[in-house]
Amino acid sequence: MIELLRSVLVAPFADMAGNLTFLTEVLFGGVAAGLMYSLVALGFVLIFKASGVFNFAQGVMVLFSALTLVGLMEKGVPVPIALALTLLAMVALAFVIERVVLRPLVNQEPIILFMATIGLNFFLEGFGEMAWGANVKKLDVGIPDTSFIVHGVQVNRLELTAALTAAVLVGILAVFFQRTKIGRALRAVADDHEAALSIGIPLKTIWVVVWSVAGLVALVAGIMWGAKSGVQFSLSLIALKSLPVLILGGFTSVPGAIAGGLIIGVGEKLGEVYWGPLVGGAIENWFAYVLALAFLLLRPQGLFGERIIERV
Amino acid sequence: MIYRETGQFKSSYASDQAIFPIVQDRVLVLLGIAAAFVVPPLVANEYWLQAVLIPLLIYALAAIGLNLLTGYAGQVSLGTGGFMAVGAYSAFKFATSFPWLNIIVVFLLSGLIAAAVGLVFGVPSLRIKGFYLAVATLAAQFFLVWLFNKVPWFVNYASSGTITAPTRTLLGVMVTGPQASAEARYLVALGLVAVFALVAKNLVRGRVGRSWMAIRDRDIAAEIIGVRPMRTKLLAFGISSFYCGVAGAEFVFLYLGSAETLAFDINLSFLVLFMVIIGGLGSVLGSFLGAGFIVLVPIFLTNAPHLIGLPLPVALQKQIELMVFGALIIFFLIVEPNGLARLWQIAKEKLRLWPFPH
Repeated sequence: MIELLRSVLVAPFADMAGNLTFLTEVLFGGVAAGLMYSLVALGFVLIFKASGVFNFAQGVMVLFSALTLVGLMEKGVPVPIALALTLLAMVALAFVIERVVLRPLVNQEPIILFMATIGLNFFLEGFGEMAWGANVKKLDVGIPDTSFIVHGVQVNRLELTAALTAAVLVGILAVFFQRTKIGRALRAVADDHEAALSIGIPLKTIWVVVWSVAGLVALVAGIMWGAKSGVQFSLSLIALKSLPVLILGGFTSVPGAIAGGLIIGVGEKLGEVYWGPLVGGAIENWFAYVLALAFLLLRPQGLFGERIIERV
Repeated sequence: MIYRETGQFKSSYASDQAIFPIVQDRVLVLLGIAAAFVVPPLVANEYWLQAVLIPLLIYALAAIGLNLLTGYAGQVSLGTGGFMAVGAYSAFKFATSFPWLNIIVVFLLSGLIAAAVGLVFGVPSLRIKGFYLAVATLAAQFFLVWLFNKVPWFVNYASSGTITAPTRTLLGVMVTGPQASAEARYLVALGLVAVFALVAKNLVRGRVGRSWMAIRDRDIAAEIIGVRPMRTKLLAFGISSFYCGVAGAEFVFLYLGSAETLAFDINLSFLVLFMVIIGGLGSVLGSFLGAGFIVLVPIFLTNAPHLIGLPLPVALQKQIELMVFGALIIFFLIVEPNGLARLWQIAKEKLRLWPFPH
């Protein structure tokens, strides 16, 4: 018993202190992975904030955008044009979703909308594969998947680029939300649909904008994940990995998505490297959920989620 | 004309509180159950029983379980697959460790184990609700599947990692195992689902069901009028998981024959949730309709191109199937967000007035 407690509570920390360089590498890997999760989680948060829809199709949107980009590039379209076309496709997708799915379902229960996005998930999955084929594609963004060494710590170029891109994107989004007119309109809609409507904010336009921005975020996430592990079906499953990030950070908070992503990324890597071997490994599927769950028991509204005061 | 309740007077409290207060309903349901017991084993072939009717009944049982939790108690759960896995693996352990145990007892015991696990994973519902809870139940899904994958004790140290239903008899007829006839397995599944549907129907109109619905509609208001949220929510999780556990045990023992954890992954959870939503939240009948829809539509989609003489490559057909399935789900949600059960209700209202418009 003492032995078990020791191996759970003491030994992993001793390992950490014993090899600081390795610990730094693990931490860096965690931060990089966490930022990638944040990117996907960000797409969820944007849509949830503006339209109250828990968009399960975000993961497939990541896959779909990456597939479109790679498919265009394989057809010989130059990279900048392919990027622009993919972005255009995501905007078009936002239009169609608003018209076909959201508008008829306005004012329905949240769970109905959630189910509709799962239907959307199936549809896009089939559509993307039909249009671009189901085999694994390589996405070459011109950054080698190699490492360089800083103070004895290995740093992966691709992960570093992804982390920086995520940081820049978050910065741009923050400015967009805080400083531009349309950003303010988005926040108004997020606060209160009816009040926003009554002061003349066009709800439908806002929804298209928000789904387009979510499409853009999906595209960036798709490029980063696609460059790392190839563009394939499993890309859509990262949506599931970013859900713990959401419950940790709160469904409605952009900073929460970032912080939650970092906590989950680092916690997951630490857990996997130092505690994983104790239970036979492969714990990354559920460890993040348990981490988020433990946190939720202490703070049910998440890290930065709004505390909702309920009345009867 | 036929569906009219004129002249049916309720002269006692018992008749007022009957599950089916209208005579025609009662007759229809009894006839339906009798037909379900008699007709398919005589008429349907092996394919229909194995590929359509048996999974339909098992899914319906799981859908009733989830409907109790999500439709009646208002707690969204995405852990159905995990709870079904608990049922399946504990049924396997019970059946192989105690070979003399009656197979029905095995099913019930594994349901109880699933209920206990459900209680544990229902604890977060006391603190969080809505989508936060839905995502939290995913923890159950992933953790349980991982557990059964990792610990060899659950599969009796089989190197393949699969569990196989051992051969068991009921009243002298072989009902599980590779040699069991589809008819026997169908009848067992039907008997179980009929009994459990009746239990569910009674649960939801009694004290328990009413407290669930009170919690669903406004938890704080329910608490103020004296419904204990902790007991009510945990009871919902426990009973729902019991249903899912029995369904999971049947899933392996009566339908698949042998299975690995892959059969219980997140897609199964979504499938059952679809059945509940498309069938109708808060309706036992809806669970059956939803299960029928979700089982039949893919089969129809697979066979439709052949029927109209349009051969398609397998991969393309799979993709089109996905697209049509997704589009159909969105279509149904838009047309009738309250599910197929609501359509049935509307039809009944119309029948009542027919041939008059009002």
